Amino acid sequence: MSATPPAGSASLKLARSNRQSDSRKRADRVGDLSLRLICMAAALLAAIVLVLIAKEVVEGAHPSIARYGLSFITNHEWAPPLEKFGGEGLILGTLITSAMALLIGAPVAISIGIFLALLAPVSVRNVISPLVEMLAAIPSVILGFWGLLILGPVLVSTVEPFLHDTLGFIPLFGAPQTTGASIFNAGLILTIMVIPIIASVSRDLFMAVPPELQDGAAALGSTRWEVIRGVVLPSTLSGMMAACLLGLGRALGEAIAVAQVVGGGTESHLSLFRNGGTIASLIALQFPSAVSALHTSSLYYLAAILLVIGVTSNLLASWVGYRFGSAGGAMR
Amino acid sequence: MSLPRRRDVAPEFDPTQPLVGTGNLRRRHGVSRVVQGIAVAAAIAAVAVLAIVVGGVVAHGAKAINWDFVTKPAPQGVAPNLVGTAVIVGVATLMAAPVGILIALFLSEYAGRRSTRPVQLVMDVMNGLPSIIVAVFVYALLIEGVGGKQAGWKASLALSIIMVPLIARGTQEVLRLVPGHQREAAAALGVARWRGVLTIILPAALPGIITATLLSVARAAGETAPVLLLSSFASGDAFQLNPLEEVPNVPVRIFQLSEEANPEGFTEAWGLSLILIAIILTLGLGSRALLNRSKRKMTR
Repeated sequence: MSATPPAGSASLKLARSNRQSDSRKRADRVGDLSLRLICMAAALLAAIVLVLIAKEVVEGAHPSIARYGLSFITNHEWAPPLEKFGGEGLILGTLITSAMALLIGAPVAISIGIFLALLAPVSVRNVISPLVEMLAAIPSVILGFWGLLILGPVLVSTVEPFLHDTLGFIPLFGAPQTTGASIFNAGLILTIMVIPIIASVSRDLFMAVPPELQDGAAALGSTRWEVIRGVVLPSTLSGMMAACLLGLGRALGEAIAVAQVVGGGTESHLSLFRNGGTIASLIALQFPSAVSALHTSSLYYLAAILLVIGVTSNLLASWVGYRFGSAGGAMR
Repeated sequence: MSLPRRRDVAPEFDPTQPLVGTGNLRRRHGVSRVVQGIAVAAAIAAVAVLAIVVGGVVAHGAKAINWDFVTKPAPQGVAPNLVGTAVIVGVATLMAAPVGILIALFLSEYAGRRSTRPVQLVMDVMNGLPSIIVAVFVYALLIEGVGGKQAGWKASLALSIIMVPLIARGTQEVLRLVPGHQREAAAALGVARWRGVLTIILPAALPGIITATLLSVARAAGETAPVLLLSSFASGDAFQLNPLEEVPNVPVRIFQLSEEANPEGFTEAWGLSLILIAIILTLGLGSRALLNRSKRKMTR
């Protein structure tokens, strides 16, 4: 192109450039198609992995499912040397620790969201927001280690006796044990884990509430709290539910930190201050050293139960976010 | 102007008094102030918990860390574990980054209305998948299924399943920020779609993609469950750079030490925790700064 073309070769040049653009068009068609196909293949791969995960877990659980059926869920004895496997204690432990994490964590996290989105000056928000997100970045194994060595002794020496003395008539607050490893400790560690998740999602939700609505309420004489209660919270209710479900999914599935602080029990009981187990933590503790094929299979069974609960809460979160308004926007 | 009849409301107007709410208004302001106080307290509590945890790790870990600790193998130090975690996470990143980026490209450039939703759903479910389930899955597939043994790359595969949705979501977010006029300008000049994607859109989104990848690396470096099931038998007394073998690593070492009631082991675990937390927080903060800078550039 840079050289000056000889006179009279205009038509020749045009033909050549046509030929060039033909080959280029062909290359572009191939390129377009292959990039599109590669991208589709990647998306398909992810879907296939999900299906494979479900298949492998259910297949692994098959011997145990065949042996126990659904009574696995209500059998409360888990004794690998005696070949007795029942998941009630672990399912109960999972539900209690997760419920505790949500009951304490959700109000705190939503308050943090309110503070960050609506009350804090921008300069303060820009400092606190990353700090709250840093809390989510702490690896669970370190949080669990901290819970075992630092939080546990404090709980045993002060908090648990106090709660037992004042609220001991409720079965949840039974007699404290000598070690810091307890359901209560696990619940608190999970609380620390869910707070940053729910807080950052609800902060985004609250910041997306149109300021005109808030200003309107304020102009009608509402106090700040009345603006929040009357305008901000109702319009983001579904999003907050989705955020809590996300947090719940995280709490249900956390294996390592819980395994470190929960004490590795398998009994079915309601006392917060005794050791116990959750589905995820028991898999982490016993899977590498399973004593029999049925033991391994029962662990797969537990994994399948966890998979069902976890995926359900996740799908519910994404359905709630999708179904009810713009809340889904803040979720991703 | 008639004065209010009720006696409890100020009967006379005194212009020298400051304007303050009385009765019901005062109560409402009080409630509002209490609630705002609670919100502030909650934020302070979260930051305090962070400070207590990180402070505890730093205070205990600083005692363990010295030159031998980070450069020598097992009896004196933990160098093989540090290198091993780098190997496992590095291999995982190599597996996860292309897939995650391609999925994000599919969602933002190619997917029609009908295929966006299912793929997005798959990503959401994958993102919420408990890591222990992923670990059990890879164990069933690659160790139990084929009668194999533990290996670093198997742990990497599990970590990459955890990383893909994180990378995909982060990449999708920055692809959304690439200005539409750049796409239109490319199309108007007759640039083919794939050339436009590879030479215009991806380069513009590159800082964001790197950020998303770094964040997922930070997450994967601390994941313990997959590595515990898939590469936990290696001892830390020799370096192992080959991901086809069992690779010693940091999170599993911390976990194992925390399960043994051994004070010296605890000291080592604190030291490892401090190193791990320092790496992860640096990665997190650094990539966030990078993202903010590039976002400002792109939206300007």
